[in-house]
Amino acid sequence: MSEALKVPTMADYMATGEMPEILFWVGCAGSFDDRAKKVTKALVKILNFANVKFAVLGTEESCTGDPAKRAGNEFLFQMQAMTNISVMNEYKIKKIVTGCPHCFNTLKNEYPSLGGNYEVIHHTQLLQELLSSGRIKIEGGSFKGKKITFHDPCYLGRANDVYEAPREVMLNLDAELAEMKRSKANGFCCGAGGAQMFKEAEKGDREVNVERSEEALALNPDIIAVGCPFCNTMMTDGVKHFNKEQSVKVMDVAELIAQAKDL
Amino acid sequence: MIASIIFILLFAAGAALFTVNSRKVIRNIRLGKDVDLSDQPEKRWKIMTLVALGQSKMLSRPIPAILHIFVYVGFVIINIEVVEIIVDGIFGTHRFLSFLGPLYNFLIGSFEILAFLVAFGCAIFLIRRNIIKLKRFVSKDLDGWPRTDANAILITEILLMSAFFTMNACDTLLFNMGSHHYNIAFANPISQFVMPLFSGMSEGSLIFIERSAWWFHIIGIFAFLNYLPYSKHFHILLAFPNVYFSNLNPKGKFTNLESVTNEVKAMMDPSFTPPPANPDKPMRFGAKDVTDLSWKKLLDAYSCTECGRCTSVCPANITGKLLSPRKIMMSTRDRLVEVGENIDKNGSFVDDSKSLGSYISKEELWACTSCNACVEACPINIDPLSIIIEMRRYLVMEESSAPTELTGMFTNIENNGAPWQFPPSDRLNWKNE
Ligand code: SF4
Ligand code: SF4
Ligand code: SF4
Repeated sequence: MSEALKVPTMADYMATGEMPEILFWVGCAGSFDDRAKKVTKALVKILNFANVKFAVLGTEESCTGDPAKRAGNEFLFQMQAMTNISVMNEYKIKKIVTGCPHCFNTLKNEYPSLGGNYEVIHHTQLLQELLSSGRIKIEGGSFKGKKITFHDPCYLGRANDVYEAPREVMLNLDAELAEMKRSKANGFCCGAGGAQMFKEAEKGDREVNVERSEEALALNPDIIAVGCPFCNTMMTDGVKHFNKEQSVKVMDVAELIAQAKDL
Repeated sequence: MIASIIFILLFAAGAALFTVNSRKVIRNIRLGKDVDLSDQPEKRWKIMTLVALGQSKMLSRPIPAILHIFVYVGFVIINIEVVEIIVDGIFGTHRFLSFLGPLYNFLIGSFEILAFLVAFGCAIFLIRRNIIKLKRFVSKDLDGWPRTDANAILITEILLMSAFFTMNACDTLLFNMGSHHYNIAFANPISQFVMPLFSGMSEGSLIFIERSAWWFHIIGIFAFLNYLPYSKHFHILLAFPNVYFSNLNPKGKFTNLESVTNEVKAMMDPSFTPPPANPDKPMRFGAKDVTDLSWKKLLDAYSCTECGRCTSVCPANITGKLLSPRKIMMSTRDRLVEVGENIDKNGSFVDDSKSLGSYISKEELWACTSCNACVEACPINIDPLSIIIEMRRYLVMEESSAPTELTGMFTNIENNGAPWQFPPSDRLNWKNE
């Protein structure tokens, strides 16, 4: 795959007078974190491959304000929200896909009462749509015989009751899906939420991500699948803690699909 | 006759005291901030039927769920028997419901079986708490009064049920003897096994024991009723309204503070005039004390059963941090009771230089990952997370007190539009990397 990524911005679309099908909200992690950037690119490759007319905000995007809000800084959150809303309303955005469950939750649930009303979906839901409508098809099983376990992100799962989309997407992989004991509504946090990502943990016996990774590793998976850039960091660190990074990969659901399509 | 008068006095006193205590609890709950939860009544009735009446969220742990159903169904149905006791007590009748004939037989028979299941359930619960020592019951959250409270109630229930069997056993023996007043036979599937304990006693002793058990049973029930408002067992009543007023939004949706919205709008749009502030109530961001929480959070606090299901799934607690969502609820209640007593004593609240923060430390508050596991686990839809967030809001927006790393994160978002120190102009660089 050598073709350059096509990543039009909303400003590009405006110049041509056209509208994209969907806005891809990349998020801070997806824009700046080295590991998460790879996931962003995997998703863009899929969107390009499926000829989805999408756009990003590029430099006009700014943090949704989620980490500020969960840390109690409502003021900063609402400043961010209103800035983003005025940009998106200016562009008459209708539908958004996010690469991050935190962005997803915030845009979907907390922007409406501040004047930002959009249809918001998480990227695993978009992948599910693309697969079920046949815009992407997966043949052959490069994941055949592999064992994958999915770690539910709290802000996709419990926070918004989305449990099936990522699982249905992975069913296309012809791999063995193993569930952890604590999954879906009983899923166990990776330890990053509520702004924990940005601070040291309080004093305790162990780190939350170590506890969760231990549970995932107990299934002897080949891959721990995630759907959130922060879970990705946390689970990757957890796997390293147990010196298992050679045999167990932590991968986003989007990366699994991109790899299955050889993109 | 004298017995009737004593009974009526006791009954009136019990009912009056309960009314006074309940009023206090309602007044305390009303100290909370207003929030309108009257929307979607059909959905609310449905949730209440399912979660409070049907106890659907208990099912994730089947053994305690079944035992709890025994105790709960038994407790509710046996109250029909209490109606009979009250009528008998007031009018000096004996087993007034017996005019129901075969149905009465069936009722008493079922009550006995239910009473047995209640006693059995309570016994197992005592064993789980005190002998098996389940983790969530030996937790230090419960040290002191809360642990005594739990045991006291379980023991009381067993005693009340034993009194019921004793009463019925003696009654049947007296009937068999042809004793004058005891002229009604009824099914006795359980108490027949208690009868041998008393057989061979004189009519006088039997009447004495039967009457004692009868009085013990009914006085015990009045006492129980009045103990409720001081106990976690208040949940048997409050679980219903508490579940009715559940949060119907997605769990990830946090409230947007309107006061902040007004300020932000005024900053961003000079033509916007914020509504005039209420001069009686100074504006406060987040919760410093219980009165800054919504009344629903205070109802949550009174309804909490202290079961610890929330804490047993809390990632912070499981990994040894100080945070325990159950303790958040217990502390909120303790502080609310303290504020209520302050008002009772002084007529209105007098500053005691304490606040909810005197009960819940920053270390607890900052350990939360906002994962909602506690909310999901709570059998009566209590939301400890929202209290944590309200308290964080107070710390950050009123006290400017957040862990240093978080202050740095705020600065980054403010200056760069991202929680890390990257220039916003680099936001799309990934596409060419
Ligand atoms: S919510 Fe998370 S990923 Fe989304 S923009 Fe903010 S920090 Fe970035
Ligand atoms: S939301 Fe906070 S208190 Fe509740 S379970 Fe998660 S970490 Fe614990
Ligand atoms: S908040 Fe709910 S789960 Fe937690 S102790 Fe109270 S009743 Fe139990």
